[in-house]
Amino acid sequence: MVRIDGSGNGECLICVRDLDKKYLRGSEEIDVLQGLNLEVSEGEFVAFMGPSGSGKTTLLNLLGGLDVPTAGTITVAGESITRMSAERLTAWRARHVGFVFQMYNLIPVLNAFENVELPLLLTSLSKAERREHVETALAVVGLSHRMRHYPRQLSGGEEQRVGIARAIVSDPTFLLCDEPTGDLDRKSADEVMDIITSLVDDYGKTVLLVTHDPMVAECAQVVLHLEKGVLVESARVGSKR
Amino acid sequence: MKFRRLVIANLFRKKVRTLLTLGSFAVALFLFGLLFVVRGAFSQGVEVAGADRLVIINRVSLIQPLPLAYRDRLQRTPGVKVVTFASWFGGVYQDERNFFPQMAIDVANQRAVYPEFVIPDDQWKAFVADREGAAAGESLAKRFNWKVGDRIPIKGTIYGGTWDFNLRAIYHGKRPQDDTSQFWFHWKLLDERASFYKGFVGWYVLRVENPDDAVPLAKAIDAQFANSPWETKTETEKAFAASWVKQMGNIEFLILTIGGVVFFTLLLVTGNTMAISVRERTGEFAVLKALGYADRFVLGLVIVESLVIAFIGGGVGVCLAKVYTLGGDPTGGMLPYFYLTPTAMLYGVGIALLVGVVSGILPAYSAMRLRVVDALRRV
Repeated sequence: MVRIDGSGNGECLICVRDLDKKYLRGSEEIDVLQGLNLEVSEGEFVAFMGPSGSGKTTLLNLLGGLDVPTAGTITVAGESITRMSAERLTAWRARHVGFVFQMYNLIPVLNAFENVELPLLLTSLSKAERREHVETALAVVGLSHRMRHYPRQLSGGEEQRVGIARAIVSDPTFLLCDEPTGDLDRKSADEVMDIITSLVDDYGKTVLLVTHDPMVAECAQVVLHLEKGVLVESARVGSKR
Repeated sequence: MKFRRLVIANLFRKKVRTLLTLGSFAVALFLFGLLFVVRGAFSQGVEVAGADRLVIINRVSLIQPLPLAYRDRLQRTPGVKVVTFASWFGGVYQDERNFFPQMAIDVANQRAVYPEFVIPDDQWKAFVADREGAAAGESLAKRFNWKVGDRIPIKGTIYGGTWDFNLRAIYHGKRPQDDTSQFWFHWKLLDERASFYKGFVGWYVLRVENPDDAVPLAKAIDAQFANSPWETKTETEKAFAASWVKQMGNIEFLILTIGGVVFFTLLLVTGNTMAISVRERTGEFAVLKALGYADRFVLGLVIVESLVIAFIGGGVGVCLAKVYTLGGDPTGGMLPYFYLTPTAMLYGVGIALLVGVVSGILPAYSAMRLRVVDALRRV
């Protein structure tokens, strides 16, 4: 169950306590996140909404171990990531986090199969095992027939589906999606959200998603609003579900 | 090996740019190969010089002769194993551009002093038996398409007249760098037909019993002929060859300077190419890092790409230089040791790899230091 008041007992998948993030812009200190608390249990789908500059992406970066907080703690599956060295954090990301980016961020010189295979190259899986994993991930996003196509040969929606396959191929602990439909038309956006919803409903994945689109947010079980670095409001169970 | 595809795919990202960079390496290493060959051609006489051989010339200059009578005195000097001698002929074959060294030699001891020159016994016997006989080096014979039995006319520029020789033998070098561009004939023929310098030779070459005694022996020989009308200057064959090269000027410095400029330019070109390549891929490196690829991996990836370009381009350049030098001396006899050694080829590839690492290190470092959050914001 998602909590934002810090009242949980800590027995959750993702546990954020008193999280602060400040940036320096010249000599001016900017508070992006202030004393943020959040608890997300396994298999939950949380959407973050809020105006630009409210700290949504910053929160996602902190949860994904791409950035370090100024204060507070982040614990994932009982492991605190806030004091990890950069090297350990990198290895932790490979094991626990699947990223889905707004601009897909596929490697243009690799085909869909090779793009999806990238996270698996860091594992000790054999070539045959990697192939099996990649084919499964591409099947989940409905792109088995496009695995030898390069990003330039795919539509935006298909590219994002490859991005999702890449995020899930190593079976990470949770997925972080930063405006995954931000660059897509409505039809493609719906297809992508169907896949993400299915990952939660059918495969029990935990998903944290940032969006500006209320229709996308409605797909989530919980919608949290960030304003000026503080989680101020939540709505439970999106109408689409 | 599982990351091979990533490296190859990146190299083919901008095919024209990769080809041009490969071309830069190939041209630079081709030039390196030729410079190395030219440097070697000037210094190879020094490199291949026998450690146990001394050269004795007239103290005044090389073109002044020494009496034949010195031969027996030299042979009797303690520490001397065997003595031979030769005279420069300096003739022209058909055209003045067809330069090659012609020497009147002492057939009795030539093979004992120069064991690196190999001649089949039957050919050598035929050469010794024929007073007008001659022996040519393999490369020289190939150059003029000579065969054993050919009649070879050479116009004397020092001794005058046209001298006809019967080619009785073709010698080979034991090592690829041995000089096979020489033409030998009997010193006795020269002594008989020349109208001057009768009973004189151009220089002596002797082998010593113990190479460690070469320097004191050289001093002893010069002391032996001091205050005579024909004082001697004795030095090791290596020192003799080195002083010969020095007369041409500081070839080594010239070649090193040109080579240095070429490689520094290559470094700038490649460094710039790698920097552009890294800058274009900022977002991709950020994604790799987000996926869990370590900073060190990104550093290694860029350096490996740079190394692959350096290896392929450099390898092609060195191989082209090798192919070019297989054709032999392009100067018509001025550079008889026109040969690219396997060691030089390895040096070339090694230098290319070094340039690859150095040119890739800064861009690779900047890719390694890239902050994922900042880079993703720029995508």
